[in-house]
Amino acid sequence: MSATAVHSLWTTAADPISKIDAPKIEYGQLAPTLIIVGAAVLGVLVEAFVPRKSRYYAQMFVAVVALAAAFAAVVALAADGYGTTKAGIAAMGAVAVDGPALFLQGTILLTALVGLFTFAERRLDPEAHGNRVDSFVAQAASVPGSDSEKKAVRAGFTTTEVFPLLLFAVAGMLVFPAANDLLTLFVALEVLSLPLYLLCALARRKRLMSQEAAVKYFLLGAFASAFTLFGIALLYGYSGSMSYSTIAQVVDGTVQDVDPALADTMGNDALLLVGAALLVMGLLFKVGAVPFHMWTPDVYQGAPTPVTGFMAAATKVAAFGALLRILYVVLPGLRWDWRPVMWAVAIVTMLAGAIVAITQTDIKRLLAYSSIAHAGFILAGVIATTPSGISSVLFYLAAYSFVTIGAFAVVTLVRDAGGEATHLSKWAGLGRRSPLVAAVFAVFLLAFAGIPLTSGFAGKFAVFKAAAEGGAAPLVVVGVISSAIAAFFYIRVIVLMFFSEPRPEGPTVAVPSPLTMTAIGVGVAVTVVLGVAPQYFLELAGDAGVFVR
Amino acid sequence: MNPVNYLYLAALLFTIGATGVLIRRNAIVVFMCVELMLNACNLAFVAFSRMHGNLDGQIIAFFTMVVAAAEVVVGLAIIVSLFRSRHSASVDDASLMKL
Repeated sequence: MSATAVHSLWTTAADPISKIDAPKIEYGQLAPTLIIVGAAVLGVLVEAFVPRKSRYYAQMFVAVVALAAAFAAVVALAADGYGTTKAGIAAMGAVAVDGPALFLQGTILLTALVGLFTFAERRLDPEAHGNRVDSFVAQAASVPGSDSEKKAVRAGFTTTEVFPLLLFAVAGMLVFPAANDLLTLFVALEVLSLPLYLLCALARRKRLMSQEAAVKYFLLGAFASAFTLFGIALLYGYSGSMSYSTIAQVVDGTVQDVDPALADTMGNDALLLVGAALLVMGLLFKVGAVPFHMWTPDVYQGAPTPVTGFMAAATKVAAFGALLRILYVVLPGLRWDWRPVMWAVAIVTMLAGAIVAITQTDIKRLLAYSSIAHAGFILAGVIATTPSGISSVLFYLAAYSFVTIGAFAVVTLVRDAGGEATHLSKWAGLGRRSPLVAAVFAVFLLAFAGIPLTSGFAGKFAVFKAAAEGGAAPLVVVGVISSAIAAFFYIRVIVLMFFSEPRPEGPTVAVPSPLTMTAIGVGVAVTVVLGVAPQYFLELAGDAGVFVR
Repeated sequence: MNPVNYLYLAALLFTIGATGVLIRRNAIVVFMCVELMLNACNLAFVAFSRMHGNLDGQIIAFFTMVVAAAEVVVGLAIIVSLFRSRHSASVDDASLMKL
């Protein structure tokens, strides 16, 4: 064999190699996400290099600065006209920078900032061996009740990893509603889910329950994302592309150049219908709509309460953002097929959430079922398929997320010897013992119920109006009926707190640090302001309600 | 060979995985079935990539592998911590929270 023949194995012909062009990245438009990812990586480095005593403060500093800076970047982009007068598609078509994306990113960042304050709270649990402790386990790897756990508690360990985990989850949530191709959507889904699975397992008290919640959330979440991925595969097979706009064109039949392979798969409606159904199913799992809601009560109950509040608020915002974009940008050509299905899902979700909540005896499970019912109300706005449908859903999400995070922050305050006293019977007479906390919780419950002068009423009115205008009047009737059912159990909790005798061995209300006070205060303020003067925010959501394509 | 046959295989593997998730009781086995579903998705991506003659599907297969690896890291950590505190990885035993 000659030398030249061997040589030709790793040399090439005289023609120049076609070089891959470096992708063009619009760093300015992606700034909010990049700041959060950078800070999360920095948080991991803090874990590795900063001494244990000062980690908590360092992590808090990094996280607060990053969330504030990212929010400032979102505001700067919006002030620059993104979302209202212009819209961008950044990172080679992977991420959309438009009104709904910026509005939801702003909401997620503010929610995460408030959630961070509840994560950092260290005055509720009694001091362990002279160390202030938060809601998170001393050392996640130690077996509950073992010597190594006691040793970790005695040494004053705390799981400061929760801060970078929170930031990673936020990064995924920022990309999720802005994803403009299916691959970005899937990666964002995983980036937001994986840190949340871990956070669920990290409760300081009731660790077995917390680990159980994490396993359930993880297995069901992974199961759902496998379905999402298969849906993505089928949609890719149908259209030969991952980009939202190309798939939308193929669905509409307005695509320009059709090669024989595409002509073949385009004719196959089974690929499109099954693919779309599996993809939407994965998103409905994330928003907690019936029949994909089974994980919600267990995970909400078992997870550490600050995590539950953050997860309930921010995940819902991100997942509804992604669902809106899929249904309004990718599948508008299919709306005569998906609308009847979503009608059914919305009706079942509203009714099942409200009815099952009545039987609950645990406050966290009660709030979980209430979140299922709220997912149904938001779906009614999604089904409208009108511009006002988008803006009403945006407004509802912003209003709902602050109420939720505030309500769960109040739940962390009511404690007895075993930690948080979440059983409803223990809340009896709370209004006599600590009127202020009970009154604040009553405000949140009234907002959940949709009583006028709270943000819940403004949000519900907006989505039901949009649904009625979008031709879904029967849905509005069902929505109002299930609101009435839901109001029953919210009012029942208020009656329980104010009009029954406090038990002698009942729980005490812990005095929190300014962190939780801020979280609850922001929740109340947003609830009242959005309820009394919603006009400015409704207009803001209305201006932001146009998707880029 | 006609790439459509690989799609049938992918659908079959996906169904086997989904069935396994629903009927098996050991968390590790359930998790392996989820991984089988992800691999079925990969096979579908690559087969579609071949049919359409573009490389998107093959690129996605790489991303899926990375995501699956990350999921293993998180999932095994959670399942092992559950196993260590209960001496059982059965998903039926994990029933502290019931209505």
